[in-house]
Amino acid sequence: MGRFLFLSIPAGLFFLFIMVLAAPSRLEAQESPYMVTYDHYLEEPGNLEVEYFSTLGTQRGGHDFHAGWLELEYGATAWWTTELYLDGQTTFHDSTVFTGFRWENRFRLLQCEHFINPVLYIEYEQISEADKIVKEVEGHDVEGDHAVPNAIARQGHNHELELKLLLSKNFKGWNVAVNPLATKPLLPSGPWEFGYAVGASRPLALKASAQKCNFCRENFSAGVEMYGDLGDTVSPGLHETSHYLAPVAAWNLPSGWTFRVSPGFGLNDNSHRLLMRWGVSREFTGFGDTLGKLFRGRP
Amino acid sequence: MKAAFLPVGALLLAAVVALAQNDTARARSADSHFDYAELAKAPEKARSRHNPLAGDDTAVAGGKKLFEQHCAECHGAAGEGGKKAPSLIVPEVQQASPGTLFWVLTNGVVRRGMPVWSKLPEAQRWELVTYLQTLKIESPATVTGAK
Repeated sequence: MGRFLFLSIPAGLFFLFIMVLAAPSRLEAQESPYMVTYDHYLEEPGNLEVEYFSTLGTQRGGHDFHAGWLELEYGATAWWTTELYLDGQTTFHDSTVFTGFRWENRFRLLQCEHFINPVLYIEYEQISEADKIVKEVEGHDVEGDHAVPNAIARQGHNHELELKLLLSKNFKGWNVAVNPLATKPLLPSGPWEFGYAVGASRPLALKASAQKCNFCRENFSAGVEMYGDLGDTVSPGLHETSHYLAPVAAWNLPSGWTFRVSPGFGLNDNSHRLLMRWGVSREFTGFGDTLGKLFRGRP
Repeated sequence: MKAAFLPVGALLLAAVVALAQNDTARARSADSHFDYAELAKAPEKARSRHNPLAGDDTAVAGGKKLFEQHCAECHGAAGEGGKKAPSLIVPEVQQASPGTLFWVLTNGVVRRGMPVWSKLPEAQRWELVTYLQTLKIESPATVTGAK
């Protein structure tokens, strides 16, 4: 488990390549550009989205790192999406380690669209303290936490329950999303920790062009997101917290691929100066039907 | 310890998939015919909305492209319907007002498996409505899945 190459960039890309070759069908993705923030849209029922994300982080008082995670996102129903994350990281001049898994579920709370659309997010995670994907910033997470050598950090394990309320609205082509979050460390037990993520994004064109095209403006979307931690129940407030501001951009290709990029900039001395993120994803239709046939034994 | 949790997580995910599929299968067998009652639920204000792209040929072409990308998987390449979703070339749909179709697209029919499509910008949803209304009603004898 020490060197879990499955999560390295080449392995992740190779895995996606194999998935493409094996794909029975495709669907053009219409994904938001956010890396951290969630809007209220769930995966279409029966579809599987395979995503690989990468974060290159600068580190003061330690070595820079590359953290990657693989996401398998499945639309169980039109109101329920479930997702498995596998996390890992390479700290330069140190080592590559697998850092754990997360199991996320998102539940749409209201049937129809409303002024604000709430989605409940529940996640169980079992990750080591060497985890550096910095996708969820909560409590008093600061840059110094990531300066610990992997050999020491990976000995600490956290079992956590994370709850988010995903609030999102679309208005005149813009999406605005606000995600307050609360995390409860289960083992070892600890106080509730809080954080936030907010984002706004918009496609570059609102009307679809008549032809299929890779570089049509409607295939691109851009925006900005901000995220950070808000302390915990023992020590609430903004002291010893980190915050990031990150422009985001996505390119949805007609072939079904989506590429995202987001340079995140730390807003205070407790934050990494730069978190350079990119991601690639592809959606597969009919995955649920295929698996269902396997379980039901139908041809 | 960590190694033990990985397969557990994978198994849980697989179980969820299986359960969801069984749930869908039950729903299908209990309701072998799709119905179009959702169209009648559109509020009067939504129903009376005018299609700003009506008669726009480029909107029809754009709507066709969007239909192929987002709708054909469930509703069929020609809107004839399938196992997952009803036909769109029946009188109930073709005679519905543009505002009604726009409302159903925007809100989805979540409990029956149709996602909300408000993630498409409003102009694209109107393009889809414009394209849908160019489809021809199929003769009743060959309509599949219609109530």
